Amino acid sequence: MSLALDIAWSRPDFQLQVECEFPGRGITALFGRSGCGKTTVLRCIAGLERVARASVRFNGEVWQDQRRFVPTYLRPLGYVFQESSLFAHLDVRGNLEYGLRRVPAAQRRIGFDQAVRYMGLESLLTHRAEQLSGGQRQRVAIARALLTSPQLLLMDEPLSSLDLASRGEILPHLERLHDELSIPIIYVSHEIGEVMRIADHITLLEAGRVRAFGSIHEMLTRPDLPLAHLEEAGSIFDGVIAEHDARYHLSYVGIAAGRLAISLRAAPVGQAVRVRIDARDVSLALEPPQHTSITNILPGRVMDVTDDRDPAQRLVRIDVGGRPLLARITRRSAAQLAIAPGVALYAQVKSVALMD
Amino acid sequence: MTEPAQRSMRLGARRLAVLCLLALSWLSGPAARAEELNVAVAANFFGTLQKLAPKFEQASGNKLLLSSGSSGQFYTQIRQGAPFDVLLSADSDRPKQLETEGLGIAGSRFTYAIGTLVLWSPKADVVDRDGKVLRGGAYHMIGIADPRNAPYGAAAQQVLTALGLWETLNQDKKLAVGENINQAWQFAATGNVDMAFVALSQVSDGNAISGSSWLPPQALYTPLQQDAVILTRTGKRAVAEAFLKWLRDDPQAIATIKAAGYHVAE
Amino acid sequence: MIESFYSPDDLVALWISLKLATLTVALLLLLCTPLAWWLATTRSRLRVVGEAMAALPLVLPPTVLGFYLLLFLGPYGWGGRLMHHLGLQPLSFSFGGLVIGSMLYSMPFVIQPLQGAFQAVGARALEVAATLRAPPWDRFFTVAVPLARRGFITGSVLAFAHTLGEFGVVLMLGGNIPGRTQTASIVIFNHVEALDYSGAQRLSITLLVACFILLLIVYGANRHRAEVAAVA
Repeated sequence: MSLALDIAWSRPDFQLQVECEFPGRGITALFGRSGCGKTTVLRCIAGLERVARASVRFNGEVWQDQRRFVPTYLRPLGYVFQESSLFAHLDVRGNLEYGLRRVPAAQRRIGFDQAVRYMGLESLLTHRAEQLSGGQRQRVAIARALLTSPQLLLMDEPLSSLDLASRGEILPHLERLHDELSIPIIYVSHEIGEVMRIADHITLLEAGRVRAFGSIHEMLTRPDLPLAHLEEAGSIFDGVIAEHDARYHLSYVGIAAGRLAISLRAAPVGQAVRVRIDARDVSLALEPPQHTSITNILPGRVMDVTDDRDPAQRLVRIDVGGRPLLARITRRSAAQLAIAPGVALYAQVKSVALMD
Repeated sequence: MTEPAQRSMRLGARRLAVLCLLALSWLSGPAARAEELNVAVAANFFGTLQKLAPKFEQASGNKLLLSSGSSGQFYTQIRQGAPFDVLLSADSDRPKQLETEGLGIAGSRFTYAIGTLVLWSPKADVVDRDGKVLRGGAYHMIGIADPRNAPYGAAAQQVLTALGLWETLNQDKKLAVGENINQAWQFAATGNVDMAFVALSQVSDGNAISGSSWLPPQALYTPLQQDAVILTRTGKRAVAEAFLKWLRDDPQAIATIKAAGYHVAE
Repeated sequence: MIESFYSPDDLVALWISLKLATLTVALLLLLCTPLAWWLATTRSRLRVVGEAMAALPLVLPPTVLGFYLLLFLGPYGWGGRLMHHLGLQPLSFSFGGLVIGSMLYSMPFVIQPLQGAFQAVGARALEVAATLRAPPWDRFFTVAVPLARRGFITGSVLAFAHTLGEFGVVLMLGGNIPGRTQTASIVIFNHVEALDYSGAQRLSITLLVACFILLLIVYGANRHRAEVAAVA
């Protein structure tokens, strides 16, 4: 299952040259700066933009090529727009049922109540769009798209028009979607924070071209890509809750390289979680640190050392338990400690953020 | 097609069918009735004809359908095939023209009424019986009908020209020109002008003339002959001829016409 | 009682006026909806031409329009000759001709509000509907039309009232034939011409009250719908 894309679009002010494949499972973030063409790509996939020279193939089915163009309404996809775009003349229930009704009963895999539950809309069904908050509207929009039982879900910066609080409200729902449904999702965003939270893969778009594609762990830490050089650059680790320590109010997350302590969480042992470690929160030691207040220490081996945007800093990529960890240290320290590829050392993680 | 779309299309189709049926039934004209005469009558004679019609209908058993309008408009319409049987015009030119063009039956034309021009004011002391008020110049505005398309207006112009006042009044902008004789009357009746040249039929009830007035000598203007003519495309020539004959000869008709302020041809 | 209040001409003319207005509005809605939709959504350069033509009847004096229609639909005009070929009576001086004249005359009052309403719907609502599996006709009827509701209502009301008050076109094209093309507005004029002002007033006030009640009903039924945007 996958989506194969080949778009060549030339406009006076903008060129789009995208040739790539999206995996048929999980969430793939289509990431890039504003204006790099992400939304255009998404709209081409959906058939909302009609580009002359484009080839779109989903699971082997041709959605567009030189000879054919399958119109949007015949493509089994769901689309969530940046502004929720709920129908003003229908209430929430009417909006939700709009797509559902147009899918033959035999093809429906997500039920009305199920979608309402996923998005927490039970109390809002009789409301009209203008009575809802931004966060509520987006939840309705997502549920509405889900109710067409799509084989592919496209989301165009669904959170960017919301305030922080609303975003925080919706992200858990998205994560849940990711966990419970097997629909592949293409998630357009320019916010690395969101992407870090939910994506499995990243397709990096730059000035209308695909710069790189890969798993999130890899893409975030690759020193040749701008992602590792962002202010908020960091690494992602997927682990499970291993243990709770009520006495010190801690929970332990088990990852390949060891255990990470975080503030006590109510999550049950065994639950899959994702943690994020910012590069600026990692310091390095050549010897196992003694008498230090830092709890989270992971052993690893240096993969590479590269220049950071800030000339006083260097980016060090470390292999911990098979996964890359990004650290940002001063150039001076890197020189003094002779940090070089292959060196074995200990990464001290000052702060671990649990993505929940 | 999806369910909701199917339903809305079926509903729409049904509504459409109903509308079409209604439209067809409304578009078709009324059932044809025999002995109904379509009479096009000049606006100024419309009221009089409304009084005459019941008398004719009683006498002959035929019905008159009256359409009021301006002679010019009727002329245009008749040339374009208007379904009138008889034209009672406000002048004699148009019926003559219709005859010449073969749209009116030759020989059927006759003068059914002769109008009288009167200078009138609704107020009692404004217009003297000799019309000297005109020369006096102590007034702001005089109302007349448009000389170009109203015979009474043309007659008013002739009178004023004969009195040597036409140029002066135009220069001093003391003339209010109404679109037709009724407008001229309205100007005076509402006090917007001091006096107006109107038709006698508008201000007389057969005995007395209301307000104050002056009857210009007939010699000063072309007689306001109002002619009737039977239109060639009529399918009811016999009835039309009967109507015109009645109009010309019946004593009741003549009395009504005179009472309305017209003369009849002797 | 009604019969003694109005003259028989009055009642017949009222009925003709009502028939004319209703039929005109119904036919215009049918005809102008796709036209207005095209004007609202097309990117063709012909759009400007279309808009100008749709607005033209507004600019022409009614009598002029009536005159041209008379020429066209009369026995010597193209319209009339076509009817003759089809074995039918010409449309001039008939109720059918009045319907055509009224449709032309009131067309801008339907097209412009409808076009505006469709434009206000915007592309987004329809894109959303497409992503929700709605084919083009479905999108039109279940999204565009309900969202353009105000436009339909405004257009209908305006065209209805406009047709009721129509005079010049009706007079020229219809010939003022009682029972066939004599509308209420013409009868009112006749009353005035015959100096029967009370008769004119009776009929005028009747029309006024009827229209006012109609407007109250129509706008009242719509007071809940205060949609501003097509999507929220």
